[in-house]
Amino acid sequence: MNNAASATLSAKIVEPTIFELSSPGRRGVKMPASDVPTTALPPNHLLRSDLPLPELAEVDVVRHYMKLSKFNYSVDDGFYPLGSCTMKYNPKINEDTCRLPGFLFTHPLQPIETVQGNLALMFEMQEWLKEISGFEGVTLQPAAGAHGEFTGVLMMAAYHKSRGDLKRTKMLIPDAAHGTNPASVGMLGFTVITIPSDSRGNVDLEKLKAACDDTVVGMMLTNPNTLGMFDENIEKVVNMVKDCGGLMYGDGANLNALLGIVRPGDLGFDVMHFNLHKTFSVPHGGGGPGSGPVGVSQRLVDFLPSPLVGIVEEGDDETAPLYDFVTPKNSIGRMKAFHGHFGGGLVRAYTYIAMHGPDGLKDISQYAVLNANYLQARLRDTYKIPYDRICMHEFVMEGQFEGSDIRALDIAKRLMDYNFHPPTNYFPLIVHEALMIEPTETENKDTLDRFADALIKIAEEAKSQPELLHDAPHITPFGRMDEVKAARELVLCCWLPENYDASQ
Amino acid sequence: MTYIPISPTERDAMLKTVGVKSLDDLFDAIPKKHRFPELNLPPALTEMEAAAHLGEMASSNENVREHLVSFLGAGAYHHYVPSVVDHMLRRGEFYTAYTPYQPEISQGTLQAIFEYQSLMATLTGMELSNASHYDGATATAEAVNLAYAQFRGKRKKIVMSPTVHPQYREVIRTYSQGMGLEEAGDEPTSSELSPEALTPLIDESTMLVVVQYPDFFGRIHDYTKLIEDAHARGALVCIVANPTALLMLKTPGEMGADIVVGEAQPFGIPLWYGGPYLGFFTTKKSYVHKMAGRLIGETVDSRGQRAYVLTLTAREQHIKRERATSNICTNQGLLALAAAVYMSTLGKQGLQEVANLCYQKAHYAASELSKLDGFGLCYPDPFFHEFVLCTPKPASEVNQYLLDNGIIGGYDLGKDYPALQNHLLVAVTEMNSKNEIDTLVEILQEMSHE
Amino acid sequence: MNTPTNLKYTKSDEYFDPATGAVGISDYAQNQLSDIVFVELLVDEGEEVTVGKAIASVESVKASSEIYAPAAGKVSAVNKGLSDKPETLNSDPYGEGWMIKIEGGAGDVMDSVAYEKYCEGRSH
Repeated sequence: MNNAASATLSAKIVEPTIFELSSPGRRGVKMPASDVPTTALPPNHLLRSDLPLPELAEVDVVRHYMKLSKFNYSVDDGFYPLGSCTMKYNPKINEDTCRLPGFLFTHPLQPIETVQGNLALMFEMQEWLKEISGFEGVTLQPAAGAHGEFTGVLMMAAYHKSRGDLKRTKMLIPDAAHGTNPASVGMLGFTVITIPSDSRGNVDLEKLKAACDDTVVGMMLTNPNTLGMFDENIEKVVNMVKDCGGLMYGDGANLNALLGIVRPGDLGFDVMHFNLHKTFSVPHGGGGPGSGPVGVSQRLVDFLPSPLVGIVEEGDDETAPLYDFVTPKNSIGRMKAFHGHFGGGLVRAYTYIAMHGPDGLKDISQYAVLNANYLQARLRDTYKIPYDRICMHEFVMEGQFEGSDIRALDIAKRLMDYNFHPPTNYFPLIVHEALMIEPTETENKDTLDRFADALIKIAEEAKSQPELLHDAPHITPFGRMDEVKAARELVLCCWLPENYDASQ
Repeated sequence: MTYIPISPTERDAMLKTVGVKSLDDLFDAIPKKHRFPELNLPPALTEMEAAAHLGEMASSNENVREHLVSFLGAGAYHHYVPSVVDHMLRRGEFYTAYTPYQPEISQGTLQAIFEYQSLMATLTGMELSNASHYDGATATAEAVNLAYAQFRGKRKKIVMSPTVHPQYREVIRTYSQGMGLEEAGDEPTSSELSPEALTPLIDESTMLVVVQYPDFFGRIHDYTKLIEDAHARGALVCIVANPTALLMLKTPGEMGADIVVGEAQPFGIPLWYGGPYLGFFTTKKSYVHKMAGRLIGETVDSRGQRAYVLTLTAREQHIKRERATSNICTNQGLLALAAAVYMSTLGKQGLQEVANLCYQKAHYAASELSKLDGFGLCYPDPFFHEFVLCTPKPASEVNQYLLDNGIIGGYDLGKDYPALQNHLLVAVTEMNSKNEIDTLVEILQEMSHE
Repeated sequence: MNTPTNLKYTKSDEYFDPATGAVGISDYAQNQLSDIVFVELLVDEGEEVTVGKAIASVESVKASSEIYAPAAGKVSAVNKGLSDKPETLNSDPYGEGWMIKIEGGAGDVMDSVAYEKYCEGRSH
């Protein structure tokens, strides 16, 4: 395994790894001396022979990570219209509230009477999410959207099983769905039945009707869907699934379009996961942690994962209620250790909801939808928009032109030269060379105009100087990657250099 | 309008471009009777009010830094976090970026996670690490998913030690509901057994053996023999390890483990009432294609520079869909960064000091506590920073007495193991001073004299 | 596109050699998948397979695909070395890139002319 460097031996090193920066005997943060009498270590055969970890000074560490941070593009840097990801601005106050010592330094297994503040926050969060979504129960435990989805599918399976309805093994999933939907279903051994979209981007009702029978577990529907379209026949879709005894799963990835606009529970959905890291401003952290609470209708409340927060002694004007953890009657069990992403997830999202109130939440969705429609209107004459009607918080256009070999990928990479993060590309799969654009509500008109201008300019460049796009990006610190080399040679770790003298 | 940067004039101009009269007109596709519900939520707070409100909620807790002395571990540990860690996490370039799908403008995250992978593989003595999972429990459940995929469903039995964290075992049971697995070994009554007692349960249908290191009771076992036995029957072995203990102890890699997972919260992540934490997942090269989760690999860019990319992505849900090993998308990017900065800042020597302090203080506490009348260590095995104290009264009563004196005594094992009512799991880290340990001993002495 | 005339092809892009029983993926398929980085054979020598049974799983940098048996019968050989050099599927799909050999009769297959036409119809 010491051939790590060989894969890229001749490559230029822009920033060495912390292993390469290591120097024998260099010290970072020191721990205090022991204040207790010394005990002998365990016998030698139980000890590790060496600990070949880096040795650096604090300043080395800071400069290394500062340098790395500058290679990143982030929401704090600029526009990040990544469709389906809701890369909105992350308010700074959240960073302070989630680090209050009362939250940071409470242990998940502390006696409940010492953590009533945490439990009150969780209880209120459950209540708020129920109110926002129109559901009857909410679990805060799932760690991310996909985790919430798996939770939801487990509850759907448990519901049918509890009724002795064992023949239900088919899950209906539209062709525009996120890959997590079928993957969650696969984890339970169910079969996926793909339902196509019609020409307006709605679920094809004829095909849905044909698929509905007494073997259907339910349907997993993202609404608005990944084309950014609110299904115009949503009530018919829900009724068809329910009429055959199925349950309706809502993928909450696109909830940013619906706050104060419509509640999935009111539309007849039985279960939906929230993405607190999308809708409620929990920062994405370079790929997690997320937070994926799940809401359910009355018929699924007894199946929620354990534990939930409940009131075990009602309070009055003088005393606060006593909160504790409770386990639903037919709970599917525990989805992770402890109680969900409390500090980094729930506290930030709670702060955000508290600062918005009912009107502020509606503003979020109204402006998210306005911004998407504004961009769509500005780009309509330049790019083909295959499903062209009023969109919700995002829309999808084709990143290709008649008679040109320019692809969505080239446009995406060229946008980096204009200092924008590219949109999601090649998703959803039902649009050729898809570019999926979600501006969010936290961008101003000037930014949207600059972005639209850049895309229009790029469309011109595609005709006049296509190589400019093929070779893009040009002004970023790194160029396009050799992904085949990465997958074939598979260098996944680095180690201390071979000639490293650890004895010093 | 809290964070919306659009003026009424700009809004009207935009509506005109879109071709609608008002914001409400954008929502005609939504069934009228459900459109624009009144949400019964408290009115909006300003930032100043929110800061005060959250401050009040936080301070109504009693925390283990300001109010309580804690000897509670059981899967989450109070350690010192060097100041540098949070300074780096607070860089917007890290925390407000998305998953590094565009490598040209994400090398910061990519290289940091590549280094995290390298640090974890070195720590566990394994060949590779993924970019992390939600937490230790779900990482363990992903080990089950890996084994299931590796044997393509042809082996369906898991042998699980009863001294794997009870919540981790619960999560595995939840995750595997659709797999039709057979489980063996996981009987609370057999918690006293040595690892070798699991060997007879391993057979030709066993896909995975799961043990913990140190186990949930803090005991250090060398699993080399068990792993040999499991391999002789074709089964894989997963060790759930504590990362702080691995700074001192023989690595699971040296023992021959196939998968090493665990909770990396002790590495620079606050207790945070249980999350978000950091599940690490390390394994051998031969299982990489069956492993769930993201993976960063080294490559070069078009300018001949060394660089990093997400690699082997065709394993993952967005391509493999229902045939994927797991539906997982995210890792715990920011917390993997925290662990990497923690390990770098303390460095080899600082980390060894942390491990040694934990070991020394825990052994001092154990030795002083076992001098008390009616108290004693329940098990003779070597331990690292956590041990089981046998108490003269039920552990729940002991804990209550301690709490009345401002101390969280430890974890009452009777909650999960009904036969172990008088068993208290005590954790000691570098955060516990000699003074705190002496106070714990004194108060328990008082209690036994009452 | 290379489509040897002695082979039979399926709609899911496997080929079957009636003379040797060799099974693999067509040149068209390897080109669509692009750079293949992983192959796992899902059947063992001596196993009986039916038409349409998944016999291998292939992953490239961008895509993943299951390979199905184009014929029914006994698996008489498996190409054990393939997993160490999955790139062979790109460079020599009909030669070194064979996956398994099946002793038995083909299912619903096309000749090379029909298959070429079928492939042309799919590239818009």
